[in-house]
Amino acid sequence: MDIFLQQLINGLVLGAIYALVALGYTMVYGILGLINFAHGEVVMIGAMVALSVIQLLLGSGVALPGPLIVALGLLVAIPTCMLLGFSIERVAYRPLRHAPRLTPLITAIGMSILLQNVAMIIWGRQYISFPALIPATPHQVGGATITDLQIFIVLLAAAIMAGLLYLVHRTRLGRAMRATSQNPEIAGLMGVNINTVISITFVIGSGLAAVAGVMVSAYYGIGHYFMGFTLGLKAFTAAVLGGIGNIGGAMLGGLLLGVIESLGAGYIGPLTGGFLGSHYQDVFAFLVLILVLVFRPSGLLGERVAERA
Amino acid sequence: MNRRHVLGAASGLALALMLSGCGKETPPPAPKAEAPKPAPEIVVKIGSVAPLTGPQAHLGKDNDNGARLAVEEMNAKGLMIGGAKVRFELVSEDDQADPKTGTIVAQKMIDAKVAGVIGHLNSGTTIPASKIYNDAGVVQISPSATNPKYTEQGYKGAFRVMANDVQQGKVLGEYAVKLGARKIAVIDDRTAYGQGLADEFEKAAKAAGASVVGREYTNDKSTDFRAILTSIKGKKPDLVFYGGMDAQAGPMVAQLKSLGVKAKFLSGDGAQSQEFLKLAGPAADGVVASSPGLPLEKMPGGKAFADKFSAKYGRIQIYAPYAYDATITLIEAMQRANSTDPAKYLPEVAKTSRQGVSGPVAFDEKGDLKNGPITLYQVKDGKWDALETIGGPAPAAPPPPDQSAAPTGKPAAAAPEKK
Repeated sequence: MDIFLQQLINGLVLGAIYALVALGYTMVYGILGLINFAHGEVVMIGAMVALSVIQLLLGSGVALPGPLIVALGLLVAIPTCMLLGFSIERVAYRPLRHAPRLTPLITAIGMSILLQNVAMIIWGRQYISFPALIPATPHQVGGATITDLQIFIVLLAAAIMAGLLYLVHRTRLGRAMRATSQNPEIAGLMGVNINTVISITFVIGSGLAAVAGVMVSAYYGIGHYFMGFTLGLKAFTAAVLGGIGNIGGAMLGGLLLGVIESLGAGYIGPLTGGFLGSHYQDVFAFLVLILVLVFRPSGLLGERVAERA
Repeated sequence: MNRRHVLGAASGLALALMLSGCGKETPPPAPKAEAPKPAPEIVVKIGSVAPLTGPQAHLGKDNDNGARLAVEEMNAKGLMIGGAKVRFELVSEDDQADPKTGTIVAQKMIDAKVAGVIGHLNSGTTIPASKIYNDAGVVQISPSATNPKYTEQGYKGAFRVMANDVQQGKVLGEYAVKLGARKIAVIDDRTAYGQGLADEFEKAAKAAGASVVGREYTNDKSTDFRAILTSIKGKKPDLVFYGGMDAQAGPMVAQLKSLGVKAKFLSGDGAQSQEFLKLAGPAADGVVASSPGLPLEKMPGGKAFADKFSAKYGRIQIYAPYAYDATITLIEAMQRANSTDPAKYLPEVAKTSRQGVSGPVAFDEKGDLKNGPITLYQVKDGKWDALETIGGPAPAAPPPPDQSAAPTGKPAAAAPEKK
């Protein structure tokens, strides 16, 4: 039982991170119908910028409490990523807004490769380790251990998601975003400045990516120019699982994927008597994805929408 | 109007990407590779293949730099082969540690008409690529592929300058039992290297009387191991073995600790790097890992090599001395055969007997390093400390100093000191 609880905790923390990244995919898709494959790289840049700031602060010899240093890193990373997200949209996607759908998709992949290589040039091929600034004191909960960092990640992710839901459903900006996602032309005719709304969407998504990036590197103690790739792919899967374009769906999809992965890896071996090992953990996650796509193509929470012209 | 604009931008970007992709590591091959005889200087291409991008890029660049240093030094000597002055040119390619890419890159090497190949880094890429090199009759020396299969295929031109995993797994398995481990959990990354090493370890540990209570798997790109570690925790092992690379081993040790598992951690040469220490942080203390070869400071030319290398490229990760030795071995064989034709100098590679910076280099009939020593290291105060060296050559007479590429005198004097 304690093992099960531990796997559940592992899964929830992982899922919270997936969910934050998945939100970036889903918001952009909801508004533009575009899969922003460069999003995983924005997460990576966020982590790397924060790491650089943290190392700079530690190197300067100023005695600050650990969590404050991380917070300062985050405070620099968020605007950097927001600016990056804004520029990506402006440079790579806006000129292609009326091009065939395949074109921006390819640009997105190109952007992802470009950002990866730029990061490799700036930060090198080395792994950068994340200093242990947030104490990893384990707490015992019913036989399972949970660290301060894990609690913090889940709480912060939950707070951010609640804030985002409020923004989208309760504010003027949120209304404009929803209107743009339903029909950009009509929304434009109604006085919504579509370009601004799209830019803001990218900026918010990238800000979330920065937070997720810092979480990931703090959690695993690692930063590398390649870290955004797999994470982006998993988060994209989570977004599709929950219903791409749907904000609640991304959160649900992220959490589900995290838990499925964790339980899958932990229990495949014993359940199949050693016939399948934990290397099949991704198979289970993607099997769920395939089943969802076959039986509920729009995802768990997605609504069936008419194909946009 | 707008559409044309868009197309222009897209194709421009695509072009830029293509160009950046092409121009990354390989300058366009010089067209004068097959120069006519009277030319005063011939260019001989030597291939170097390692993962230069992706999670193992730091190790790949390390190998590449090792080979580059050797080529530069040999060029500085102004060697004459077959009556012509020879300039060696290192052709670097990136195999991304991916077996499929490894074969594509191998073919590219053949097309570029390289005289020999230093690489690849990983066993998983080395083994499939070796067939291509063998078919084309090109000599291949891997600095770091340790999976036994590589030299068991019967390819005449396949060599390695490092002890293989049968030897390494055995040393590790016996050491685990010596530490008092009875219940062992084994994790591997499902690559040819990780899986091979883990299997050999498991065999040896079982033979020595331990039982394997859990076998879990991950991959060579993962950073999250909490799920498999939790399931291992439930089995209460007293030792965890990981077959794989440092980029996974580091976070794995840290996560093991944060889950409150007290078991000892043991791994192979893939984890025995500086990067591992950084990634594992304080959790690294007490971890034991093996590495084929001698500790750098005990290598006959280790100190001198480390100084030369770090002056140019920074810190050595793991395999740079081996890549350096492999390259010098290749070039010296060409020199002895007085030819850069693989068919002619191949027998000379097989006959190699020289003092490299990593130790004596000589091959058995399969192409494996003869008497490769294996050293166990333990992390103490954030540093790798050599525990003991197992196997290795018997203390031989100091080799003729002129055979060595390292500054003469010093290595020869240092050699007999060890063991």
